[in-house]
Amino acid sequence: MAMLSFEKKYRIRGGTLIGGDLFDFWVGPFYVGFFGVLSVFFIFLGVGLILFGASLGDTWNPLRISINPPDLKYGLSFAPLQEGGLWQVITICAIGAFSSWALREAEICRKLGMGYHVPWAFGTAVFAYVTLVVIRPVLMGAWGHGFPYGIFTHLDWMSTTGYTYGNFMYNPVHMVAVTFFFTTTLALALHGGLVLSSIAQARGEPVKTPEHENAYFRDLIGYSIGTLGIHRLGLFLALSAGFWSAVCIVISGPLWEGAWADWWNWWLNASFWAK
Amino acid sequence: MAFGLEYQNIFTRVQIHGPDDMGPKRDESGIYGRGKPSHNYWLGKIGDAQIGPFYLGVWGLLSLACGFIAFNLIGINFWMQVNWDPVQFVRRLFWLSLDPPDAKYGLGFPPLAEGGWYMIASFFFGASVLLWWARTYSRARALGMGTHVAWAFLAAIWLMFVLNFFRPLLMGNWSEMVPYGIFSHLDWTSNFSLRYGNLFYNPFHAFSIVFLYGSVLLFAMHAGTILAVSRYGGEREIEQIVDRGTASERAALFWRWTMGFNASMESIHRWAWWFAILTPLTGGIAILLTGTVVDNWYSWAQLRGYAPPN
Repeated sequence: MAMLSFEKKYRIRGGTLIGGDLFDFWVGPFYVGFFGVLSVFFIFLGVGLILFGASLGDTWNPLRISINPPDLKYGLSFAPLQEGGLWQVITICAIGAFSSWALREAEICRKLGMGYHVPWAFGTAVFAYVTLVVIRPVLMGAWGHGFPYGIFTHLDWMSTTGYTYGNFMYNPVHMVAVTFFFTTTLALALHGGLVLSSIAQARGEPVKTPEHENAYFRDLIGYSIGTLGIHRLGLFLALSAGFWSAVCIVISGPLWEGAWADWWNWWLNASFWAK
Repeated sequence: MAFGLEYQNIFTRVQIHGPDDMGPKRDESGIYGRGKPSHNYWLGKIGDAQIGPFYLGVWGLLSLACGFIAFNLIGINFWMQVNWDPVQFVRRLFWLSLDPPDAKYGLGFPPLAEGGWYMIASFFFGASVLLWWARTYSRARALGMGTHVAWAFLAAIWLMFVLNFFRPLLMGNWSEMVPYGIFSHLDWTSNFSLRYGNLFYNPFHAFSIVFLYGSVLLFAMHAGTILAVSRYGGEREIEQIVDRGTASERAALFWRWTMGFNASMESIHRWAWWFAILTPLTGGIAILLTGTVVDNWYSWAQLRGYAPPN
């Protein structure tokens, strides 16, 4: 049931981080484990509270449902449930679920004798989320600085927060983050395309080899990073995108309150231009 | 317990140096010499240590020539704007900009100093990119490979030509083109969103962002997975596609056990290719519709019920 042809020999007990044999089993294709139970707890509680929050709101349009953070006047204290308290509890559930999920990934890595790259990568994304809803609000002294949980309301928050600092694209770290996003996507297109172009052959024609891949990129741009290197580069680019995104928002407010375009005046007015 | 950093295959620990790899035989006339490759130890720490050989060819030569002209036209205009003062050139580099023509010139050709240089630079820039596309295509064919990289590149070219050719043409004005400058193109982007009522409410813009973030997510997932099974030879992807080994099996089971679904060693690269391609593809549609079909995305969203009514 729900098993791949080669799966049975991999489904062995052991390798858990906590709980021993207690939750060491599978449900359908899913591995459970202690952190799976914990994840399910937080997911059900969090999603349930989102649905409860939606029922208090004025719309069931999924694009418009929104769970908003507390008003700034509540500072860093707990707010009444209907005035942002739900957002606070849902945030706790989200962080609990994301952390459990990362640890569950680590357990699965151990079971399969794999490296820990994926849980670390996921951890970077969680770090970016925590930066937005915990670290920055704490530094600025109010949970109200977190973003609302809703499809279009979080976009509105992006707009508003961006314009609070003038044109946000002048934020130098935002520039770095965006560059990493675009570069990662470029690299992904090149990697995916290169592998597909090697294996897409006419019937009866043998597939091409990594030697062909190297030759293609050396011909094209003078360098081929190789089959192992592209995955190191890809992981670095992707994690850099997430990491610098977190940095670019956490410095907006705690470190720089004005328009980001004005930040650049230090360069225009630097003493070394004077003759 | 293999938890230590030294087991995570972040760097190449032992480098093996063989003879230069000149690659398989190409299907070409062979009049273009490739030169002798060089090797770099530090590059070898993360990837292949060999640099080159580089192929120039007709398409490459023409593309680089056009790119050189475009780059220098923009650069010389920057120099003119600072009266050829090298200190001011460095100081104001990010603020310098070669701007498109004024709106009064419509689709006509403006005087050189009022957008004419911009139009000429744009022509050579566009030509350079199209000629490079021919190169991405012909290099693949010369090696008997598929042309997936070329079509992915064309998706990016589509976005570029929507921004600087198709949309200005539909708007009937070259002034709609994007200025060439660090800060000026950011201003253009910001103003574009403000002018058309918040681009976040443009559904194709939303798709494009989803595919952009999705591409980064996919690459983190894919690259992380492959590195994690590199101890089983997982980076030999082509081999794993045609003859599945334990690296592929573990990689697949990792995701199956984590989220109940897995790609295969082949299909993950199709996911990757499509996600990356759809980023500029949907982004181009978003730009093309803006100002031509839709004047205010927020009002448009209100009519369709996903922005709150006034």
